[in-house]
Formats: sequence, structure tokens, C-alpha cells
Amino acid sequence: MAVQTVATTPVTPVDLGPAAALSCRECGERFELGPIFACSSCFGPLEVAYDLPAEDPEALRARIEAGPENIWRYAPLLPVPADVAGKPNLNPGFTKLVKADNLARELGVTGGLFVKDDSGNPTHSFKDRVVAIAVEAARAFGFTTLSCSSTGNLAGAVGAAAARAGFRSCVFIPHDLEQGKVVMAAVYGGELVGIEGNYDDVNRFCSELIGDPLGEGWGFVNVNLRPYYGEGSKTLAYEICEQLGWRLPDQIVIPIASGSQLTKIDKGLQELIKLGLVEDRPYKIFGAQAEGCSPVSAAFKAGHDVVRPVKPDTIAKSLAIGNPADGPYVLDIARRTGGAVEDVTDAEIVDSIKLLARTEGIFAETAGGVTVGVTRKLLEAGLLDPALTTVVLNTGDGLKTLDAVAPTSGPTATIRPSLDAFRDAGLAH
Amino acid sequence: MSVNVRIPTILRTYTGGQAEVAAEGATLSEVIADLERKHSGIAARVLDESGKLRRFVNVYVNDDDVRFEQGLDTVTPDGAGISIIPAVAGG
Repeated sequence: MAVQTVATTPVTPVDLGPAAALSCRECGERFELGPIFACSSCFGPLEVAYDLPAEDPEALRARIEAGPENIWRYAPLLPVPADVAGKPNLNPGFTKLVKADNLARELGVTGGLFVKDDSGNPTHSFKDRVVAIAVEAARAFGFTTLSCSSTGNLAGAVGAAAARAGFRSCVFIPHDLEQGKVVMAAVYGGELVGIEGNYDDVNRFCSELIGDPLGEGWGFVNVNLRPYYGEGSKTLAYEICEQLGWRLPDQIVIPIASGSQLTKIDKGLQELIKLGLVEDRPYKIFGAQAEGCSPVSAAFKAGHDVVRPVKPDTIAKSLAIGNPADGPYVLDIARRTGGAVEDVTDAEIVDSIKLLARTEGIFAETAGGVTVGVTRKLLEAGLLDPALTTVVLNTGDGLKTLDAVAPTSGPTATIRPSLDAFRDAGLAH
Repeated sequence: MSVNVRIPTILRTYTGGQAEVAAEGATLSEVIADLERKHSGIAARVLDESGKLRRFVNVYVNDDDVRFEQGLDTVTPDGAGISIIPAVAGG
């Protein structure tokens, strides 16, 4: 077994529950659990390999259902110690799966349309899920500082989780993010550093920092803790299936930034099938990007199996990763399941944010506008079947990206406080 | 042309633990060939069997991602800083 130099000496033995090893997704080489993320043979991404519970599915379902109403109900399937629910963490998850009948009518979906609304997490994005797992890995490996490269949502999630769990935090963001995300990242009291560049520049900076003594002893949730961090997105798959009555959705529309979330949702669905927790039936996975940063969509449409990086230019900043690490795997999964990858313009994103708000009372951030917009486009193109059960992800809260809709969302009228003025405004009907 | 190459942690077993090494070459391809002469085995980690950059390796010449430039044919000016970085980060 190959062993790499690690930044800190892990507390031994490392207790991360059912996690048995790290395995290279490219070449299959296995490594001991540790704060490493790339294969030393081929640079491929490492992911957690498990000894999953050999348990009667009925008993395991019952054990999960009796668990806490957060992601720790799935602790037997995650790289966390069995007593994780008792440790200081933000305890995210078990967000609402909203049956979106009004939106379904508007879009012509008859088979059941659901919005998995992850704006209900503690810092109002799905990032709380992945960070919660990374915090447990950081604890296990003895780190005392948490860090990340972020398009905004992750910075807030790391800052908040560090505050709760007793870590120092120092996070890095592009200097020109939306104010809502900057304030949310800063308010938790950790260090917040704006980098003069785009997200890919920030990401590159963090990858270099981690190999330098300056970054020694730091747990970068999406770099050296990335194999563990990514597993948090599996909980979206688990929750969707449990909330559908332990059933796979037929179709699921997922936003793509690095592509990690989409690949881990697929991994989660596959695990549920293997464990017998859901019936094994076909499902299709669809990826959603903004046109101004659509390298995966472009590769999908061109029939390529590699992703050519782009320079992002879109209002969907949380998805503005021009060099997506998991892009090739997203292509594999979309093609394997019979899904697709599509993109929408910034104008379509704004329209779709408003459509979701108007029909379901859900105010999504720009990434949610991307998934709703792509859902509409895929239905029109006949790639999504309106007669099948479809789940659309909203991964963050619209309050974080007010700039996107502020120019076209405001008071209908401003009037004097008099009945005459109200009548004159023509709103009394 | 003499350049400085930043080596990621997972390749430092080939450079005796050094995080930065000097190399010669007018293009990235030549620089990698020189690295291989000085630190045997390193090229096979960065290049695949067909001699192309592995898909999970990012290489920057003076802050420019070579995938936006000419790939392995990217010119490496005298004194350039070259970074080899695992691509599987972020998101």
C-alpha cells in the first residue's frame, strides 16, 4: 500500500466509522485514510472506500428512521465516527423535499415534480453537508485550522462550522463576490481573504499553499480533506430517496460547479441500491450549468470525454468554476444513466429564479435558477420525460444573490398612506 | 532557458523532498524531459502512456494554465516559474 507524506500525524487509530481506505477513482490504487486527495501514481481523485454494514435492509431503514433529523441519521454510510451526533457540529440536512405542484403545472410535468430545497441548511446552502463531514475528518487527523477555496457559499459554511466546532478558520474567495456571501463568510469571526482573481485562481493558490510550509497543519476542506468532504453530498441522495418513501427518483437535475455534488449523488444512489434500501430501477441524472461557464455542457454536447477549461462569465458565481475537477465523471454519469448536461443564459437564470419564487414560494440563489431553467429547457427539448418523477435541486438561498433579481424586483407602487392613493394606484381588486 | 519548477507534495519523493527545482528547456515538453533526466520517474507521473499531460494534472507557466496556451508546446521563457498542481481540488 502506497503511503504519502501527510501534513500532520493522524491521531491513531483514525476512527471514521465505516470508512476503510482511500481509493483512486482513476487507477484503483488504495491508500490509508489520511489528509490526502490525489493519487501519487496518476494524480486521480481519491475517494472513500467503505466496509458498509451487512445488515437486513428493513433493520437498517428502521435504524436510519430512528436517527436524528439531520445528516447523522446516515452515519452508518458516512466517513464519521458512530458517536458523531454528540460532537459539536452544525448538524445540517434533512431539508424539505417540496412537492412543487404549481411549478409542475407551469412546466407541464405530470409525473410528480419535487424541489429539494437545501436553502434550509444552517448557512443556507448545501455546503453545510460537505463541511460537516470535513470537520469530522479534520478532528480525526488533528487539524486545528479549517480552510477552503470558495465561490462564497463554502466560505460561510466553513466559517460557521469552525466557530461551532472550535477550529480556527481562514478561507479564500475571489475578491468580487456578491456582498451577501462576503458578509456571511466574514460574520463568523474567522479570517476571510479576497484573492485578486477568479475562483480557479483561488483554487490554484490554495493547492500551492497546501504544499508549502505556510499551509502546514491546515485542513482545506475541498483540497486535502476533499475525499471526505465530497461524501457529504451523498446525503442529498439518501434524503431524496427516504423522503420519496425509500424510492429512487426517475430523473434528477443537479447543478454543476466542480461536478463533485453530482458524482456523489450518483454514488449515494448506487449505495442505496447495493444495500437493498431502495428497489433497483433505472434513473437518469441531468447536469445544469450557466452558459457563461459551461465547460461540461459543451463537452457533453460535443461528445467529448474530457473537459476543456473556460474563463467564467456568469451571474451564477457559485457555479463559476471554469476548470471543474470532476467534469469527466459528470460526463460518464450523464451518459451512463441516459441523462444530459445543459446550460442556460443569465437572463433565463433570472426568469427561473422568479418562476420558482412565484409558483412555489421558494427564493433560490442563482444556482437554483440554473437548475430550474435547465429543467424547463430539457422538458422543451424532450430530454426530460414529463410523465416521470423528477427532482430538481435548489442548493442555496436567494438572499445570498439579491443582485441577480434586485434590478427587476421592487415595489409595485409607492404611495401616500391614504385610501384614495391606493385606489388611484389601481391595485384594489 | 533555465526555469524554476514548483513540485507538488505527491511528487517530492522524486526530488528528494525539494518543493522547487531548476530545469532547462525552451518549451514545457523540454522542461519535463530535463526534469526526467534529473529526477528519474517524474515524467511518467505527469504524462500518460501516450505522452500527453495526464487529465488530472494542471501546469501553469508564469500563472497561465498551459491548457489555455499551447499545452506541452507552451514556450517557457528564461526565468519562468512553472507550477505542477493536482487538478482534483475545489468545488
